[in-house]
Amino acid sequence: MDYDTLMQILGSTVRLGTPLLLACLAGLFSERSGVFDIGLEGKMLAAAMAAATVAFMTGSAWIGLGAGIVASLLFSALHGLASITFKGNQLISGVALNFLASGLTVLIAQALFKQGGRTPALAGDARFNPIDLPFAEALKDLPLLGPLYAQVISGHSILVYAAFAAVPLSWWLLNRTRFGLRLRAAGENPAALDTAGVSVVRMRYAALFITGVLCGLAGAYMATALQAGFGREMTAGRGYIALAALIFAKWRALPALGATMLFGFFQALALRPDVVEAVTHVKISGSFLDALPYILTVIAVAGFIGKSIPPRAGGEPYVKER
Amino acid sequence: MTLMKNLMGAAATLALTAGLASAEPAIIYDLGGKFDKSFNEAAFNGAEKWAKETGGTYKELEMQNEAQREQALRSLAEEGANPIVTTGFGMSDPIAAVAADFPDTKFVTIDGWVDPAAHPNVLTIGFSEHEGSYLVGMMAAMASKTGTVSFIGGMDIPLIRNFACGYAQGAKAVKPDVTFISSMTGTTPAAWNDPVKGAELAKAQKAQGSDVIFAAAGGTGVGVLQAAADEGILSVGVDSNQNYLFPGKVLTSMLKRVDVAVYNSMKAGDALDTTTQTLDLKADGVGYAMDDNNAALVTPEMKAAVDAAADKIKSGELVVHDYRTDNMCPAAEF
Repeated sequence: MDYDTLMQILGSTVRLGTPLLLACLAGLFSERSGVFDIGLEGKMLAAAMAAATVAFMTGSAWIGLGAGIVASLLFSALHGLASITFKGNQLISGVALNFLASGLTVLIAQALFKQGGRTPALAGDARFNPIDLPFAEALKDLPLLGPLYAQVISGHSILVYAAFAAVPLSWWLLNRTRFGLRLRAAGENPAALDTAGVSVVRMRYAALFITGVLCGLAGAYMATALQAGFGREMTAGRGYIALAALIFAKWRALPALGATMLFGFFQALALRPDVVEAVTHVKISGSFLDALPYILTVIAVAGFIGKSIPPRAGGEPYVKER
Repeated sequence: MTLMKNLMGAAATLALTAGLASAEPAIIYDLGGKFDKSFNEAAFNGAEKWAKETGGTYKELEMQNEAQREQALRSLAEEGANPIVTTGFGMSDPIAAVAADFPDTKFVTIDGWVDPAAHPNVLTIGFSEHEGSYLVGMMAAMASKTGTVSFIGGMDIPLIRNFACGYAQGAKAVKPDVTFISSMTGTTPAAWNDPVKGAELAKAQKAQGSDVIFAAAGGTGVGVLQAAADEGILSVGVDSNQNYLFPGKVLTSMLKRVDVAVYNSMKAGDALDTTTQTLDLKADGVGYAMDDNNAALVTPEMKAAVDAAADKIKSGELVVHDYRTDNMCPAAEF
């Protein structure tokens, strides 16, 4: 495998890994606050549909992004209402929201555009186009670093850079601020948080708010940057892969970047069976590479890479003692 | 008791007449969805054409998941729909399970296979996809500047490999040294609806040198065509005429006249002949699309060469290998 091919695969990794990264960070916030969120998929799907629809109507990708975030926040609010306020089962609420998103997105898109649940193709400013970072052209011929800069780091849409910036930001917010400490306490020991006079309910809603924003970014990225429009079920299970990545990353922000990019790398490799064959000299089926993230997650959960312990109060609605 | 008998009799008569009155045809679209701009949309167009010409009405259902298939067939048959036309290979097994229970209802499976000896009321309609793909493969090889052409399939099934195999044969017939790359999106039905992965596959193939990509992948194909247009290379559409999706960027489309199959079945109605049909190039069941959107891309030489090959295939002088006969392809490896 030559260097150029590697760069091409890494570029593909970044594009495929970004939706996973955003969704994984989204899951990080909600799960760290004690709310399991299996509905990441549904939120992304709703955001993708809303972003594509509004971007098409207004001709602005930015307004579309706003609409995507609002749609995702609505789903977050529903999840919070069911599983925080009414203390319902978080998993069931999440699954229900996934089904709701799957049906509702197609229904609305079909009612608006009559194209079988698809939104019309976006063009020009209605899409987040790739941006070339400064000097990408000039540095291209530099050995090693040039192609890396030009092909892997430069040339993505603004949302990709936002996603990468969200990683240190999430780490700082969770680990270095009072808000983060309280958010984590809501997921580990909500009774202690309550005793300290902080509202667990409010903390969990705040976490779901951040989850909604991040899922909105992920959905909008897929519909208005990677693709030029919404298609039915276009998230294709990425919300679940993100959950697997979250477990693999042991519910921490920085490893989440590594886990999602690793999963993205496997997906990118699966697209290039010729390269895999050239490197390993064995014919490996693409389906096996597609399955690798899940296999790795099983290994992670089984404890081979150290313990992966979920937040202690995760999955349980908080009931104030009387 | 007499009253009861009368009532029952009346009810039975009513049911019978109601059955006769509603002997309208039905169509079931496969998982890609009615407006997939491709396979199912072609079926819809055929049904619409029939409705417009005859003034008749038809029932329709869209499959949302695998589990609905048998239930959908049963409920349509019980409502008295006849014939029931279905698209997609996935309907074959459910039809085989249901057909015997409704001997008076005719079922049509397009792209599927149901044994006609065991189920005399089922019509199997197949297409010679390899012949149509051969023609667009020739065109792709002639349009390619890099000498590499590629194929992106949806779900990895023999039917889709047949597209790839015909395409590779056509490409190699024009340029024997052409490099052919083939990728499948996945092995589950989700592979029909993943435009993001389709777009990445297209970019990966471009990186391998391909500059004409043929997509036979349902909704995933829209992502392939989009990425090809974004990257400035050519694509080839499938099933319906997809040239208009990206004018000037789609070289041509491999047409599969699902609309003709649906139209003919609905027109025949109750009297549908259930002898297995294969719609080939000769029967105009497959072909390639020319219109204003791709006129500038196809040179007269390309068209002449493709039409000459088409004539040879029709006359039987040129035989394109069908992947499904022996699960082998002389021009490509999978």
